Amino acid sequence: MSNSFSLNNKVVLVTGAGAGIGRAIAKQLAGARAQVMLSDIDSTTCAQACDELSTAGCRVASHAHDVTSEDDWKRVLTATVSRFNGLDVLVNNAGIYAGSMLLDSPIEQYRRLNKVNVESVFLGMKLAAEIMKIGGTVGNGGSIINMSSVAGLKGVSGDAAYGATKGAVRLCTKHLAVEFARLGYGIRVNSVHPGLIATDMGNQVLEDAVASGLAPDFDTANILFSQMIPMGHFGSGEDVANMVQFLASDASKYCTGAEFVVDGGLLAG
Amino acid sequence: MRLIGKVAIVTGGGSGLGKATCQRFAEEGALVVVTDINLESARQVVADILATDGKAQAKHQDVTDERRWTEILEQVVSDHGRLDILVNNAGVALAATVEDETLEKWRKTQAVNGESVFMGTRAAIAVMKEQGGSIINISSVEGLIGEPLAAAYNFSKGGVRIFTKSAALHCAAKNYAIRVNSLHPGYIATPMIEQVAQTMDPEVVGEWQARVMGSIPVGCMGEPIDIANGCLFLASDESRYMTGAELVIDGGYTAR
Repeated sequence: MSNSFSLNNKVVLVTGAGAGIGRAIAKQLAGARAQVMLSDIDSTTCAQACDELSTAGCRVASHAHDVTSEDDWKRVLTATVSRFNGLDVLVNNAGIYAGSMLLDSPIEQYRRLNKVNVESVFLGMKLAAEIMKIGGTVGNGGSIINMSSVAGLKGVSGDAAYGATKGAVRLCTKHLAVEFARLGYGIRVNSVHPGLIATDMGNQVLEDAVASGLAPDFDTANILFSQMIPMGHFGSGEDVANMVQFLASDASKYCTGAEFVVDGGLLAG
Repeated sequence: MRLIGKVAIVTGGGSGLGKATCQRFAEEGALVVVTDINLESARQVVADILATDGKAQAKHQDVTDERRWTEILEQVVSDHGRLDILVNNAGVALAATVEDETLEKWRKTQAVNGESVFMGTRAAIAVMKEQGGSIINISSVEGLIGEPLAAAYNFSKGGVRIFTKSAALHCAAKNYAIRVNSLHPGYIATPMIEQVAQTMDPEVVGEWQARVMGSIPVGCMGEPIDIANGCLFLASDESRYMTGAELVIDGGYTAR
């Protein structure tokens, strides 16, 4: 019986794997028999996440990782290839969120968001593609999955800076999908666009909405935002992880340069 | 086995993308109702599935026939007690530019590619609303971008794309646990691709093939299994938080 969604032995690097969506992705992919390097700027939670999976019999390792640092990227990629003897999938998941009205936002907030959410993705793709491309040091091609957002597709009050960074991720994904295909690298590049997801970052969206005056308190914000979603509730890290698994597996071998939306219908209307 | 205990209808299941999807669903444990205007082709797909211990049955279906939709859904519920998945896959590709197209041929394209999707979605919702389900409408890259030789096809596939969102939002608003999504294949090696060339003027076929094939970033057409796996993802609980969305499987065709 074929199981095309299996990741049997594929080597995967997931950034921001210590918590939230990244942690769910690492768990899902390790459970689908991938060999997973978890990386995060918070090495403690990252190691905890790794230990949980290791105890469950998964093939995993963890590494500290500031995704804005080129040196850190080189260290993590080297460690991944050395530990698991390959590199097939990069999940550029690490990212930060801050929500505030433009006129209340210092320009430094935008610059920080851009650095963590966009520069990191460029750095990761550049350094990983060098290794993964056919003819590269590992040379098996593979799949790069960039975490964008519904905010990278549509406008939301308070999300201009965050949305701009996620829009950048969405577009550079397409440019590099085309470029890598034309250059024969054998690397697919796709973006995932989660809607509102029940994680710490999801909570932060609600908190920032209250701070921006979009809702009087957290519970009201939760109700208001949930009502905006056609399905009526936030999604889970597993919902995003399921999509990432599809994109990491050979089942999606003809998918590149596309946007994969997991949003409970938020963008449909 | 993601689809054990589930009942799926796949229209146009006798060949191409439909056939691959039927086979993939059966591999994952679904009981597949294979419908096609060519009953013999549907029967052959069923025979192949049964030979590998899968579960399937064939039905003749002209997807433009409203009464036949009612009959088939009634039969499926009566025979199997449920419907979990509908793949609105049946379609035709009749090439013509906006200037060369005739109203008769235009209407045929809209009927087979568009009205069928409306009728199928409506019929499936009526049956699925209690227990939920997944409806997958096969659109195309030609529902996302324009192709000068495919005016009617573009219109029909673009319609499928946005109609899907209307249906998805309706089901969500009614609290039906029914998800409705569109799937957008790029150029896939199937009989339809071979046949569409035959509906073109001979002098444009060569130019079209060179232009289209040369535009695919990954440099080759996809395989039916690529679409079948996309359908499997949308049919299964893995995609439980997706509705009103577009799954694009096109080798980068619409990324450029």
